[in-house]
Amino acid sequence: MGRPQTVSSAIVVSAPRRPPPVRETGIVAWLRSNFFNNIHNSVLTLLAAWALLVTLPGFISWAVTEAVWLTDDPKVCRTAAGACWAVIAEKHRVMLFGTFPYDEHWRGVLVIAIVIGLSVVSGFKRFWSYWLFAAWLVAMGVILVLQLGGVFGLRETGTHEWGGLPLTLIMFVGTVVGGLPIAIFLALGRRSNLPVIKSLCIGMIEITRGVPLITVLFMASLMFPLFVPEELNIDKVIRAQIGMILFFGAYAAEIVRGGLQAIPRGQYEAADAAGLTYWEKTRKIILPQALRIVIPALMNDIIRAFKNTTFVSIIGLFDVLGATATALEDPLWVLYAPEAYMFIFVLYFCFCFSMSKYSEHVEHDLAKGRNF
Amino acid sequence: MDDKNSESRPPESAANVIVEFRHVHKWFGDFHVLRDINMVVGRGEKIVVCGPSGSGKSTMIRCINRLEVHQEGTIIVDGTALADDTRKIEEVRRGVGMVFQDFNLFPHLTVVENLTMAPVYVHGIPEDEAERQAFELLERVKIPEQAWKYPGQLSGGQQQRVAIARALMLKPKVMLFDEPTSALDPEMITEVLDVMVELAEAGMTMIVVTHEMGFARKVADLMVFMDDGEIIEAAPPDIFFENPKSDRTKLFLSQILTH
Ligand SMILES: Nc1ncnc2c1ncn2[C@@H]1O[C@H](COP(=O)(O)OP(=O)(O)OP(=O)(O)O)[C@@H](O)[C@H]1O
Ligand SMILES: [Mg+2]
Repeated sequence: MGRPQTVSSAIVVSAPRRPPPVRETGIVAWLRSNFFNNIHNSVLTLLAAWALLVTLPGFISWAVTEAVWLTDDPKVCRTAAGACWAVIAEKHRVMLFGTFPYDEHWRGVLVIAIVIGLSVVSGFKRFWSYWLFAAWLVAMGVILVLQLGGVFGLRETGTHEWGGLPLTLIMFVGTVVGGLPIAIFLALGRRSNLPVIKSLCIGMIEITRGVPLITVLFMASLMFPLFVPEELNIDKVIRAQIGMILFFGAYAAEIVRGGLQAIPRGQYEAADAAGLTYWEKTRKIILPQALRIVIPALMNDIIRAFKNTTFVSIIGLFDVLGATATALEDPLWVLYAPEAYMFIFVLYFCFCFSMSKYSEHVEHDLAKGRNF
Repeated sequence: MDDKNSESRPPESAANVIVEFRHVHKWFGDFHVLRDINMVVGRGEKIVVCGPSGSGKSTMIRCINRLEVHQEGTIIVDGTALADDTRKIEEVRRGVGMVFQDFNLFPHLTVVENLTMAPVYVHGIPEDEAERQAFELLERVKIPEQAWKYPGQLSGGQQQRVAIARALMLKPKVMLFDEPTSALDPEMITEVLDVMVELAEAGMTMIVVTHEMGFARKVADLMVFMDDGEIIEAAPPDIFFENPKSDRTKLFLSQILTH
């Protein structure tokens, strides 16, 4: 009888190996595949091109051809049809250094150079060692000396005189360097088996996350002095710094916790089975993997921390944005605020964009040779 | 050393017993997962544990290094009764090597670093000395050429052999294997079993959860069959395979040996 006829079938052939089909290359193919690959995209491309054609010439004539680039006379700007970039040259010292004494601005320049220089160095994995950490500590000491003065024959400059980009950078570096360890401890504490530690950490995180940064800063600058004796009155910059550290720490803690949760249980078990203590396990096995996972999210928060430094102007500290606002109180130049703010816009963009690229680079670096 | 406890121990448990379960019970919530487990493992002996899925095999051997905590009864490992004292647990764990079903290598460390991590940080062995031992063991599990790769770049069989080497780095007195080959493709199973047979021949004490009955026949001193949280049958392999007493064992063996 045999079984019924099967429907399935396969054909036996012998096909020689050959290279893959050649893909279209060249500018036309590229344009077609990126801009005109279907009717919707073609319409969008044409619309966008039209919008550019309408706006771009006007912008270029305002920003470039009709602009006044250099003059110390605001009247020249008034007669011109374009942008008045001269305001930047005229006011850049106040914008960048705020109320810091004019003759001491070179110290601020050094601070900026140190921060940027070390950040760039930190971007290369081959420099990652305890030396780099030590270098940051030394750098922070040097920065403090440069900003405070009073030693090595430097003129004394109190924190009330600090301002501009150096203040922004100091607040930012302080927030990240101080906030990351706090974030890690809060995240670990939140997963602790000890109820006291766990609820303390949850409380810290939730309370800090539950209020806007402005409130934290107001608390730090206005309410804090009411509760502590006068002789204990801590410097305003330090109070703002602590507020920002806590705020950043609470947010970053939740990000780190996400990374901790992503580590499979088997990793904890393998570390336990080897007899590692809690801290050995955390430091050597869990955190390196967890932090790697959260680098993009963490960088997002770090960039936000950079932008959040602008809030300190609310409590009377002049960061680079606050200093610019002050610089523009000059009635002769106040008309050209948009140009000055565009400069600040570009400045912030450069910093934030490099941080974003930096995180991409670190991620890429860490991913080399590993697939997990 | 502890006179108050020694009187309650049966005489054989002094020197040549490495692991002992006495009336051990465990619950997951309301679920009674281990029911009155009694088992003695002698030094140098090989125990193979088998049984249907969900019968509590993993849970039982994970109790030995306290990855799971039992609620009633006593587990004694190398003379130390397991209790909540963290220090003692860490010490016990250093004498017990464990190999998991899905390897659990540390993906962010190279093969060598996976091996040297615990010896360097736990035992304070100098790094170059640990590295020398690591290469010896990699030689033994036949993958010295993979030393500088990351686990993600190895095949499953290679990863499991690294995991065995990693567990051996701490010079354990007993090795636990929880289904070490069940995540592997057939052609990789042999390479891992070969290493385990060699280890057994070298005299290592082993407790192995596995369904590889060929391996069991070859090395086991004692077969333990578990079902539904109980030990149903415990016998030397020749008796266990030829003449099982319990019907449940017979059924299990008939299911597992048909393919
Ligand atoms: N952490 C846990 N919480 C609750 N129940 C659990 C937990 N771990 C295991 N169980 C349950 O306990 C029982 C025994 O699990 P165990 O992993 O020990 O079985 P097993 O014999 O190893 O099975 P398998 O052959 O599938 O690995 C199962 O029913 C399982 O669902
Ligand atoms: Mg299991």
